[in-house]
Amino acid sequence: MSAISINLISGRTIQQGVSMEGGKETDKYMKACGIIEIDESDFKRLGIMKNTNVKVKSEFGEVVVKAVEATQGPHPGVAFIPMGPWANSVTSPETYSTGMPTFKGVPITIDPADKEKVLNSLELVRSKCWGDQ
Amino acid sequence: MSKTITDVICPFCGTLCDDLSVVTDDEGKKILSVENACAIGAEKFLHASDHSHRVTRPRRLQEDGSFVDITYEEAIEYTAQMLANAKKPSMYGWSSTNCESQSVGHEIAELCGALVDNTAAVCHGTTLVAVQNVGIPSCTLGEVKNRADRIIFWGSNPAHGHPRHMSRYSIFPRGYFTGKGQKQRKIIVVDPRCTDTSSLADVHLQVEQGQDYELLQALRAAVRGQELTGDIIAGVPKEKVYEAAEMLKSGRFGVIFFGMGVTQSLGKDHNIDAAIMLTNDLNNYTKFSIIAMRGHYNVTGSGQVLGWQFGFPYSVDLSRGFARYNPGETGTIELLKRKEIDAMFVLGSDPGAHFPMQCVKEISKLPSVAIDPHITPTSAICKVHVPVAFVGVEVGGNCYRMDNVPIESRKVVEPPEGMMTDQQFLEGVLKRVKELKAN
Repeated sequence: MSAISINLISGRTIQQGVSMEGGKETDKYMKACGIIEIDESDFKRLGIMKNTNVKVKSEFGEVVVKAVEATQGPHPGVAFIPMGPWANSVTSPETYSTGMPTFKGVPITIDPADKEKVLNSLELVRSKCWGDQ
Repeated sequence: MSKTITDVICPFCGTLCDDLSVVTDDEGKKILSVENACAIGAEKFLHASDHSHRVTRPRRLQEDGSFVDITYEEAIEYTAQMLANAKKPSMYGWSSTNCESQSVGHEIAELCGALVDNTAAVCHGTTLVAVQNVGIPSCTLGEVKNRADRIIFWGSNPAHGHPRHMSRYSIFPRGYFTGKGQKQRKIIVVDPRCTDTSSLADVHLQVEQGQDYELLQALRAAVRGQELTGDIIAGVPKEKVYEAAEMLKSGRFGVIFFGMGVTQSLGKDHNIDAAIMLTNDLNNYTKFSIIAMRGHYNVTGSGQVLGWQFGFPYSVDLSRGFARYNPGETGTIELLKRKEIDAMFVLGSDPGAHFPMQCVKEISKLPSVAIDPHITPTSAICKVHVPVAFVGVEVGGNCYRMDNVPIESRKVVEPPEGMMTDQQFLEGVLKRVKELKAN
């Protein structure tokens, strides 16, 4: 097991949309968006089983999500987290004077973290906002 | 007995489907089933009608993180005091509500010297900047359905983001001049991933993530018949770029649909500049249009209402008593990063889930109000959460489709008893703000 560096993008998925409308406080939303989709070849580099938790880190933060096999692939070298607070824990707030954050194309590292828990959306945002007070 | 309501508007995405059938119980209180909607739209109607999961009264956040119920009058008082006393309040969101509510909100913003911004800030804001740079040759979705035989989806995955777009307008439908439907259309998808949309494409240009600008300019050169240098351009073999260029030029009418892949990647508004100029170039050979794949069902409407009231489509700064606009400075993301805002009002959006975490942390430190029918990450960190009726489900109102066509949404069921609508709540706040400002 070893950490890998990879390029992160985020975006919509139909599961993200359905679970968002069904309630962001639900576990269904966490299962739809608290994931990172990784290519088969990147799983091999990472040396972990599919559907185990990983810690994703970027220059801007870190978050624990479940690593799953890419549903829309192959896309080696690119990882995907559906839009939501999990993705936004690590995305870049840099706008380059356009007002638009850089949600796509963030260099991240992925570390195996099978002992750590994926938080639901409300717990995650509250822990990020209030955790260090 | 049950009632069937036809021609219902779907208040989810910018496609704003207008052919839904909703079956309700006899009293018009509960939705039993939804026909013709995508999975997301159906879930929205069914979740709205299931009152057991909903907060039905405003709540105030307490120090221990729990909420205590308050009345609508108390919520109006808190909101009015917060906005009237702030030096530079932000009024953000506006994309999941009707144009009537937006208009009332803007009146409050003008009185309080607020910054008004909609979700284009994290969605198609750079598109609006590009449109101001180079203009936009566009058309309606009806024209796409009836005429278009060349379709590009650039950085957009409608199979997931706009599930019925392809069947209603862009790939499958049989229109007046497109009687053979999909067989008559050539589809090009540009995406760094193989997506469910790219599986339907005649040509999938698997661009290297973040290199859309290079590929767009290469395509422009290829369309003009110029020689491309290098075998691989932005991750795409040169031959495929030529093939795509010929395919585009050989059509009778083409449309470029573009999404977050170009607006949020590096290059930002310059990517869209290039996409619009590609459309412009293609008009030398055939007829071409370009349409932004807007996300929220009424984000386009927010741009329209802001446009006719203040002259700018988003990131409008009214703090000096007149409208200013400079997204890199007056955008909500930038303001939160610079810690310039001293109160946050959110309606019809969820920045807690969809802003970078640095900005969410800043919101949590401010006096704040979230107006939202749902429990969201934003409502979890705001000082007051005000639940309201769902626009398009429990109250009607005007909305704009992604191609700037206004469509009146419909009410299909009653909201929970005693629940206010966005507009009623905002009118209450406006009345109180006027009183406060008069003194």
